[in-house]
Parts: sequence; structure tokens; C-alpha cells
Amino acid sequence: MLALVYFAWVRESIGRDEERIERPAPGATVADLIAELAGRGGGYAQALSDPTKLRAAIDQRFVSLDTVIGDAREVALFPPVTGG
Amino acid sequence: MKRIAIQPQDFDVAAELSALESLGGGGVASFTGVVRGEGGLIALELEHYPAMTQGQVDRIVDEAMARWPLLGVSVIHRFGRLEPGARIVFVGTASRHRAAALESCAFLIDWLKSHAPFWKKEHFEGGATSWVAARAEDEAKAQGWKG
Repeated sequence: MLALVYFAWVRESIGRDEERIERPAPGATVADLIAELAGRGGGYAQALSDPTKLRAAIDQRFVSLDTVIGDAREVALFPPVTGG
Repeated sequence: MKRIAIQPQDFDVAAELSALESLGGGGVASFTGVVRGEGGLIALELEHYPAMTQGQVDRIVDEAMARWPLLGVSVIHRFGRLEPGARIVFVGTASRHRAAALESCAFLIDWLKSHAPFWKKEHFEGGATSWVAARAEDEAKAQGWKG
């Protein structure tokens, strides 16, 4: 299983802050995962249909969307950060 | 000295500065971010990624300590609901050299803005809400410290 966590408007659109899914196929990237989740429609499509608005972290490290998920335990999807 | 705190509660700027001053370097620089109450804003809600935030801020502080000769760094970042006038973030640096203290303080706040996993939601009078959009200008400032 793979843990997914969502933040900010991604979390609000999807309507949950975390979930567990079957592991994606070997070689699947974060972008592949986003496309698959967007295909669920509804809030997922609303949050994830434009990947240019999204950023990601794998196991609590920022990664680009073309990063292979590999044996990661947690993938986080969120908008660009606005701290400080 | 390295102090990092990610917390909902307020902090005492004078106490933070005193701790940095007591390191004996002779130079202390700091930045305090405060919620602006413009445009009918009644509160900012700060969300973060608890499993990641401390480690990520720690990496940013280590980067500053590797680049400048610093005796101490303090970073405090609040989360939760903050009203206009409330402190959001504190960055303080201590060094024997004023340029190191000032430059590393600017670097830290620029990097926190674009490299720490926080998101701000604005709450306005009348109930409207809006997620703050990242500014290209902030990312450009952070990138400007590279190399």
C-alpha cells in the first residue's frame, strides 16, 4: 500500500487529508499517479486536472512530478508553498 | 546554537534576541513576520505538513550555517489561526560579522517562503476565504541565493 496525503486546496477539493491506495505500477511517476487520481472525477479531477498547479513530496522530501515513486511509503500532493 | 520551533503559540521576540546576543558574537540580525490586516482580512489560517516541516526547516538552517560563519540561528514558525497583528515567523541569526548575520537572515526568510511546507488561507469579513497563491517573485528571490 502507498499512503497519500493532501494539503491546502488540494485537500479541500478532494475532501480528505489522507488515504491509502494500492501501490502504483513499477516505474510510475508522481505525474502518473496524479493523472490516475484525476481520472476518479469529482473533487479529484477538480484538484488534480492541472498538474502545473501542483507540487509533491515523496517521504517528506520535495520532488519534481517526473520522479519515480519506487518503494516510497508516502506521497504528498499540494499547491506551491506559501509560508514565511 | 540551533533553535527550530514549529508551534501554534506566540513567541517572545526579546527573549529570542537575548538568547542570540548571549552567544557573544557581537552581531545579531532578525526578521519578524506579522499578519497584515488589509482588505477586510480577519484571520490567516496556516496549515503545514507536520511530518515534514521540522526536518525541512532543519535542512534550510543547516544550509545557512554551512554558507555563513554563524554562532546561532533561531527559526520559529507558527501555524493555526492568526489574526491581524499576530506574529507569524521569526528568524534570528548571530555572528561575529554583521554581513553574515544580515545576509543569512535574508536567505533564511526567502527560503522559508518557498521551501517550507506551509500554506496560508485568508479569511475575510463576511465569510469569504481564499488560499494565498505563491508569488513568482518569492521563488525568484529564493533562487537568487543559489550558486
